[in-house]
Amino acid sequence: MSSHRTTMRSTDELRQNWMKPEVITGSEMLLRSLLLEGVECVFGYPGGAVLYIYDAMHGREDFHHVLTRHEQGAIHAADGYARASGKVGVCIATSGPGATNLVTGIATAYMDSVPLVVITGNVATNFIGTDAFQEADITGITLPVTKHSYLVRNVEDLPRVIHEAFHIANTGRKGPVLIDIPKDVSAAKSMFTPVTSVNIRGYNPTVQPNKYQVDKMLKAIEEAQAPVILAGAGVIHSGAHEELYDFATKAQIPVTTTLLGLGGFPSGHDLWMGMPGMHGTFTANMAIQQADLLINIGARFDDRVTMKLDGFAPKAKIVHIDIDPAEIGKNVPTDVPIVGDIRSTLQLANATVKRSDKADAWRSQVMQWKEEKPLTFVDSDEELKPQWVIQMINDTTHGDAIVTTDVGQHQMWAAQYYRFNHPRSWITSGGLGTMGFGFPSAIGAQMAYPDRTVVSINGDGGMQMCAQELAICAINNIPVKVAIINNRVLGMVRQWQELIYDNRYSHIDLAGSPDFVKLAEAYGVRGFRATTKEEAEQAWQEALNTPGPAVVEFVVRKHENVYPMVTQGCTIDQMILGESE
Amino acid sequence: MMSTTKHTIAVIVNDQPGVLQRVSGLFGRRGFNIESITVGASEEEGLSRMVIVTTGDDHLLEQIEKQLYKIIDVIKVVNLSKQPMVSRELALIKVKAEAHERPEVLGVVETFRASVVDIGPNTLMVQVVGDSEKIEAMVELLKPYGIREISRTGVTALIRGQVNG
Repeated sequence: MSSHRTTMRSTDELRQNWMKPEVITGSEMLLRSLLLEGVECVFGYPGGAVLYIYDAMHGREDFHHVLTRHEQGAIHAADGYARASGKVGVCIATSGPGATNLVTGIATAYMDSVPLVVITGNVATNFIGTDAFQEADITGITLPVTKHSYLVRNVEDLPRVIHEAFHIANTGRKGPVLIDIPKDVSAAKSMFTPVTSVNIRGYNPTVQPNKYQVDKMLKAIEEAQAPVILAGAGVIHSGAHEELYDFATKAQIPVTTTLLGLGGFPSGHDLWMGMPGMHGTFTANMAIQQADLLINIGARFDDRVTMKLDGFAPKAKIVHIDIDPAEIGKNVPTDVPIVGDIRSTLQLANATVKRSDKADAWRSQVMQWKEEKPLTFVDSDEELKPQWVIQMINDTTHGDAIVTTDVGQHQMWAAQYYRFNHPRSWITSGGLGTMGFGFPSAIGAQMAYPDRTVVSINGDGGMQMCAQELAICAINNIPVKVAIINNRVLGMVRQWQELIYDNRYSHIDLAGSPDFVKLAEAYGVRGFRATTKEEAEQAWQEALNTPGPAVVEFVVRKHENVYPMVTQGCTIDQMILGESE
Repeated sequence: MMSTTKHTIAVIVNDQPGVLQRVSGLFGRRGFNIESITVGASEEEGLSRMVIVTTGDDHLLEQIEKQLYKIIDVIKVVNLSKQPMVSRELALIKVKAEAHERPEVLGVVETFRASVVDIGPNTLMVQVVGDSEKIEAMVELLKPYGIREISRTGVTALIRGQVNG
C-alpha cells in the first residue's frame, strides 16, 4: 500500500510533464487534469464509451486506477475516500448501465454533502438522442442528485470543465459533480492548456458570516440558562472540530453530535451528550427538549433528528449556522440565522465568546442525566450481543480506527457504542441510508490512509449488496477489517415490524445467506467466525493481526433491538428506553 | 401571514442547454407550483430571463428563492411581485364568428384594445395583451360566441422605474 503512494506522489518533474501545452486527446486531457487536481486514485470500471480513456491509462504509471467489480462499489469507494481524506473522490464508469449503476452512489454523496467528481462516458455526440446502444441521459437522470453536471460537447472545454467540477464539488456546501464525456470527445485532439483559475458567475458561496448575526448569537449565549450545541456534518466538512472544541469549552455548553457529526467533538469529554434523535441518547434528547437556546452548527434538522417537528425544542431560541442558506429555516423556524463557513464563523465567535454563566444548574442537570441514563443493554454470556461486539471493536482499536458502516441496526449500535474522538474517522450513509455502502466505502478510506486501521461494520444484509468488492481487497492487499454483525435477519426492519406492525414479520428472514467465512476465502481473504465472547475476541485479534484484509462474522442474538427509540409521530423526549441490567 | 398568494419571480440564468430542465425539475421535485413559466433572451448576451408565476406562502417563497440560488446556472433571483411591476401576457384566441356576428365580436375586441390578427371563413383570431386578469376577462366575454382554440404565452414581467433585475 505505502509503496503505491510513493510512486504516485507528484514530483515537480511529473507535474511539468502534465502541464506541457501540446495537442493531445480528450482522454489524455482528462487524465492530466485529474493528476493536476491532485487525484491520488480513481475507482472505476471500463466499457465501450470510455475505451479511449482507458486506452490512455494503459501503461501509465503515474495514474492510479482501482478496478472494482461493480460501478456501485467504485462510487462508494470514492465516497469513502472523500469522507476519510476531505479530498475529492473520483470514479469513472461507462455510458448506459455503467452510468446508471452510479446513481445510488451519487444520491448517497449528495445527501451527505460529499465532494465527488463522477466521470461517465457517453455515446458519441452524433448518436446522442437516438437510443443508441448503451445510451442513457445520465445528466438528466442525475439532475436531482448532483450539485452540478456537465455534458462536454467540445474537447476544448474539458480542462475548464474538470477544474470547475473540482472547485464546485469541494467548496461551499460540498457535493457530487458529474462530467459526462461522449466517446468522440474523449477521442478528439486539441491543444491542452491547463486551467488554474475559475470564474463561475452563478457560484459564490458565502464563507464569512455576518458579524452582527454572530454577535446576536454571543448575546444569546450570555443570557441562556439552558444552552445546547447541536453539531452536524458541517463541522467535519469545514474542518472545524478544533474551533468547535474551543467554542463549546469556552462557553461551557453541552454538545450533541448528529449521526454524521460524530467525531466532530471528543466523545470522552464531559460536555458531550452523545447523538440526538430517533436512536439518540436520553441526555441529548432531553437536553434539546428542555433547552432555552439551541445552537445548530452545520446540521440540517433532519427528520431523524427532530422527529415530530411540531414540538421539537419547544422552548429554545434557535441559532443556525450553515454554509447553505437554503437549510436555514427549511424545517425549523430560526431566530438567529448565520450563513457562512462553520470554521470561519466559529473562529470569529471564539475571539469573544464567554462562559455561559447563567447555565450552571443546567450543566449539573446534564451531568446528572448522563450518569443516571447512559446507553445500556443487557449483556449475555450465552449469546453474543451486537452492542458488546462494537464495544470490543472499540476497545481493541482504542477508538482510533476509521469505522465505516452499512445501514440498519449495526449502524446505530456502532454510532452509539464506538467512541469517536477524531473527525473523519466515522463514515456512514446518513441521509440516503444506502445499504451496500459500508464495505466499499472502507476500501476508499483505506486508500486514503493506507497505514491506519480501517474497520467496516456491516450487517448480514448489506454485506451482500457489495460483497463482490472482496476481490479488490484481496488483489490489491487492501487491509480492511470487515466485521459482519450477523443476526440472520434484516434487523432494523424486524425491529419496526415487531414494535409497530405487531410482530408481523414480513420478508426479513435472511436464512440462506452464504457462509461468510467461505465467501471471504473464495476471494482469497481470511475469514473467521465467532459465536461466543471468547471466540469473538480471539477472531477479532487475529483479524487485526492479519497484514491483509480479513472478514470476521459475529453471530449475534437475532431479536435484539436498538434503544432508545423514538417512533414516528413522537417528539424526541418520548423515548422507548428498552431494558437495562 | 402564511397566506397562499401568487408570486411572480424573475430568474436570470446562463443561456445553457438543460437550464430550463434544472429550474423546472427543482420546482417539480420540491413540490413547488408553476403556474406559468416564460423564457427568453435578456439584455445581456449569454443570459436568459425566466419569469415564473408560482403560488405559496412566504416560507415557501423563501425556500424557492434559496433553492433556485443553489443551481449553478442561476445568476440572480428577483421577487418581482414584492415591487411595483409591469406584468404582461399575450393570448391568441380563435373564436367562432359567422359574418353576421363579426361586428359584435369586433366591438368587444376594440373595447379591450385587442386586435384581430386573422379572419377565416367563420372564425376570427383575436390577439390580446395585458395582465392575466384582462386576458381572463376577454376569454369570458368571447365564450358565448364559441372559442375554438386558445394559446397563452404565460406571464412576462419587469419592475417599473429603476434598473433592478
